[in-house]
Amino acid sequence: MSQQNRMSGGQIDRSRTLRFTFDGVSYEGHPGDTLASALLANGVRLMGRSFKYHRPRGPLSAGSEEPNAIVELRTGARQEPNTRATVAELFDGLEAKSQNRWPSLAFDALAINDRLNSFFTAGFYYKTFMWPASFWEKVYEPIIRRAAGLGSLTRQEDPDSYDKGFLHCDLLVIGGGPAGLMAALAAGRAGARVILADEDFRFGGRLNAETLTVGGKPGADWAAGVVDELRSMPNVRLMIRTTIIGAFDHGIYGAVERVSDHLAVPAPGKPRQTLWRIYSRRALLAGGATERPIAFENNDRPGIMLAGALRAYANRFGVKVGERVAVFTNNEDGLRTARDLQARGVDVVAVVDARRDGALLPGIRHLKGAEIVDAGGRLGLRSITVRQANGQTETLDVTALGVSGGWNPNVNISSHRRSKPVWNETLQAFVPGEGGPAGLVAAGAAAGLMSTHGALVSGQKGALAALGELGLSGASDTIPEAEDAPVSITPKWYVHSGKGRAWIDPQNDVTVKDVKLAHQENFTSVEHLKRYTTLGMATDQGKTGNVLGLAVMAGLTGQTIPETGTTIYRPPYTPVALGTLAGRSRGKEFKPFRLTPSHKWAEEQGAVFVEVGMWLRTQWLPKPGETHWRQSVDREVLATRKSVGICDVTTLGKIDIQGTDAGAFLDKVYCNTFSTLAVGRCRYGLMLREDGMVFDDGTTARMDETEYVMTTTTANAVTVFRHLEYCRQVLWPEMDVQLISTTEAWAQFSVAGPNARRLLEKLVDQDISDAAFPYMAAGNITIGGLRARLFRISFSGELAYEIAVPTRYGDALLRRMLEAGREFDAIVYGTEALGVMRVEKGHVAGNELNGQSTALNMGLGKMVSRKKDSIGMVLSQREGMNDPEGYRLVGVKPVDKTATLTAGSHFLEIGAAPVIANDGGWLTSKVYSPHLGCEIALGYLKAGDRKIGQRMRAVNLLAKTETEVDIVSPHFFDPEGERLRG
Amino acid sequence: MIINHPILGPRDAQEFVYLGDAALINRPDGMTAGIEAFHDYLYVRDNPAGEHRELWYHEQGDRSWLVVTRNTVTHEIIKVELARDVAKAAGRTK
Repeated sequence: MSQQNRMSGGQIDRSRTLRFTFDGVSYEGHPGDTLASALLANGVRLMGRSFKYHRPRGPLSAGSEEPNAIVELRTGARQEPNTRATVAELFDGLEAKSQNRWPSLAFDALAINDRLNSFFTAGFYYKTFMWPASFWEKVYEPIIRRAAGLGSLTRQEDPDSYDKGFLHCDLLVIGGGPAGLMAALAAGRAGARVILADEDFRFGGRLNAETLTVGGKPGADWAAGVVDELRSMPNVRLMIRTTIIGAFDHGIYGAVERVSDHLAVPAPGKPRQTLWRIYSRRALLAGGATERPIAFENNDRPGIMLAGALRAYANRFGVKVGERVAVFTNNEDGLRTARDLQARGVDVVAVVDARRDGALLPGIRHLKGAEIVDAGGRLGLRSITVRQANGQTETLDVTALGVSGGWNPNVNISSHRRSKPVWNETLQAFVPGEGGPAGLVAAGAAAGLMSTHGALVSGQKGALAALGELGLSGASDTIPEAEDAPVSITPKWYVHSGKGRAWIDPQNDVTVKDVKLAHQENFTSVEHLKRYTTLGMATDQGKTGNVLGLAVMAGLTGQTIPETGTTIYRPPYTPVALGTLAGRSRGKEFKPFRLTPSHKWAEEQGAVFVEVGMWLRTQWLPKPGETHWRQSVDREVLATRKSVGICDVTTLGKIDIQGTDAGAFLDKVYCNTFSTLAVGRCRYGLMLREDGMVFDDGTTARMDETEYVMTTTTANAVTVFRHLEYCRQVLWPEMDVQLISTTEAWAQFSVAGPNARRLLEKLVDQDISDAAFPYMAAGNITIGGLRARLFRISFSGELAYEIAVPTRYGDALLRRMLEAGREFDAIVYGTEALGVMRVEKGHVAGNELNGQSTALNMGLGKMVSRKKDSIGMVLSQREGMNDPEGYRLVGVKPVDKTATLTAGSHFLEIGAAPVIANDGGWLTSKVYSPHLGCEIALGYLKAGDRKIGQRMRAVNLLAKTETEVDIVSPHFFDPEGERLRG
Repeated sequence: MIINHPILGPRDAQEFVYLGDAALINRPDGMTAGIEAFHDYLYVRDNPAGEHRELWYHEQGDRSWLVVTRNTVTHEIIKVELARDVAKAAGRTK
């Protein structure tokens, strides 16, 4: 029979039927159902297996606090593990599966763990899987992971998209129950910018789950009316299906909006979820309260749930969980469940009331001073054993049981900034404490005001107080009439009975026994209790179990609950999918890169690209017939050294530095001197950090008396600019110097090789003969009237220039240079050939500029001028950094020219054992030099300047390579620099 | 966090780069101070639980270096100034 447990009423749309499956079986439900309510309507109570003992479980709650009914939703790439059936909105075609069971939910092989429970107590893993240590990762952990209950991943890419968004408001109202609705109404009517967010798919909070009236109307109708009015206000944003996940600094809240989770597939162009960052001036926490259970033996049977949840299923979803129902309570609120169910014609067998005082319920068997000592029915509740006040026990046949141990205000968000909740004796619960997030106040049940009237009043009051602080005024409209029952509760945390287990935290299978064991082994502090037993560490963060566990520990230590302590909560309030946190930062969007001006041309040539810093650069350009990258790179190097090669060097950082103090400024930031540089000349500059290590290097040109153009390495373009601004604003604020980054403004090409000048002479309008434009000259020129810059600098060791034009002309310039260079067989080379030529020339680059090297290490110690103050000058003089035995840059050649070198290899003396004590340094960069016909490398070698000519070994224990090498000068190619001055 | 930029108004902390203790403003003169003084300047820092003056750089904005007075316990921001003004007031020149 379909939906045999469906009753009349509730907020579900019976005009439409939704079909869904659970573990392959088809069922029907209606819009307005959750997966849990629809399954319960179909008589399905068993929805999962517990984490450790594989105990059969059904839902405990009707909300986001759910620890038990954890299922997998959907199939294929959209399959999502570990979702709560109690908040999963039903849609047509939903496919759900239980998890942590094999072969089936009703028969689970690993339920053997339950029989072996005496071994699996708290601390079991710590005590058992200790030796040998190497077994943990390889043997124990995989077995435990397979046995322990988490859902499975499909390992397919998530086909949905996730967004991030930003919102601003005067008042953020967290929770759309009576307090939140009243607050939003007051603030909305006053004209404030209001955001009202609720995790549910229907505003109203508990009003949807109760038979209470507000202003003479059913509570849910009143809520719907308020929502209608709020919807008409342009200054109010209603955010349904939106969970405030955390409170952060300065009124910022994180929110997850489940935009499409209630649909089979997101609508075209719509994300699945959106992560909102909400900037609020004030916030009101109206998150309600969560009911907690009372622990007794076998209190985890499917069919045993929170009393308020039993009510919610009946009143909101029109579902009875069982035909014969009992209630176990220690407070007045639990009686509502008995009354509501009885009014709906459900057979209420008994109310087991731990309290001895108070009035009896008319027409119901109301057992005062009684408690439940056991529950029967392995796959679903069949009976309870009641111990009455006189000590007599009696077994009652029931199929559903509602348990209420009182309500915990949802203080979570208020403690995200480490404010500790405080104990309220009347409520027997924690309420928000002092020092919560600035600008946040609590209202309604979250503040410990448990009646509907209390919620309405405090919601309005909280909103008006917040408005007042913002200089806005609102009206104290009449509070609609509502119940104002006081809280009547007698503490009752767990039932002392036999040897069986009574669950506190059902998701992590933490029982009263485990808390007792923790106490016995002296893990009595709350933090130890939590970690030793894993209490509250499951995906529900102990929303139903934490206070209970604390109370049990308090009972054992003889302390009060506040003396025992409390655990605070951390974001997120409920679990958040990693995809939501990532947003659009996936795949290519994870780290965007910039394209160089020559990119389009290079793409046409079939170039191979490489990510360098934030750029995509040409690595090499294969010609037809070249099948190995070395063929292309060798050809590019040889062609450049033979005639002329062009390389896009736009990615180097370029900073324009202007002002009457520009030269003095450069003297401060470079360790060598620039104020004396003549106009129209450039110079290699070395920049240190204040600790004396090399920060960056590059060539800087003086274009005018008061204007310099600095270049930086590609990788450090941003940090150097930041550093220069720091020096200019923070250290020398009176200097007349202005900076602007022009990295993207100029397309810049290196033109290198013996025919570089002949090529450029065909294009530029000025005389660039060696006499007119000598080595290290710089100047503004024109190319057919187009403004350009020319620098005669060389990284390759060849006669070379760097020529720059406004970026939009970069592609055209490259094509014109290649056209003009046809007679010289000009080629374009990529970063690999660039690297080969710089190693051949002995220039340092990223591998040598590793943040741990000094100018002295690089053989550039003489560049550090002591005649002026510059960043890093003083500390570069430290003794340890001037050790004559310290690292020096050397060149390395294999003794056997056919041998290969491995970058990262360590230098060892011939015959020395490969141990740290004998370590002489390491190879930083290795290339194949087509010029020398062998592999060559640069390296840092201890006292390397005195070891030129020695023979050593380059040993790499990881790559298992060892090569005999000759230590040589790092200047392999044209050491006298005749070519670049040519 | 939100930093109330003296020129641009309230801006999200994500737009900024953090450097550290604003005591870095008081850089010794390299021509007169020695290694010891520079060592203390660079490495010896207070780490207060409470008010802390620190340098922040508005990299995704106007490139101002700011001195932000922040409570390291509560993250309350008490004061925000242009680092240039603070440096000048501290007597720094060229």
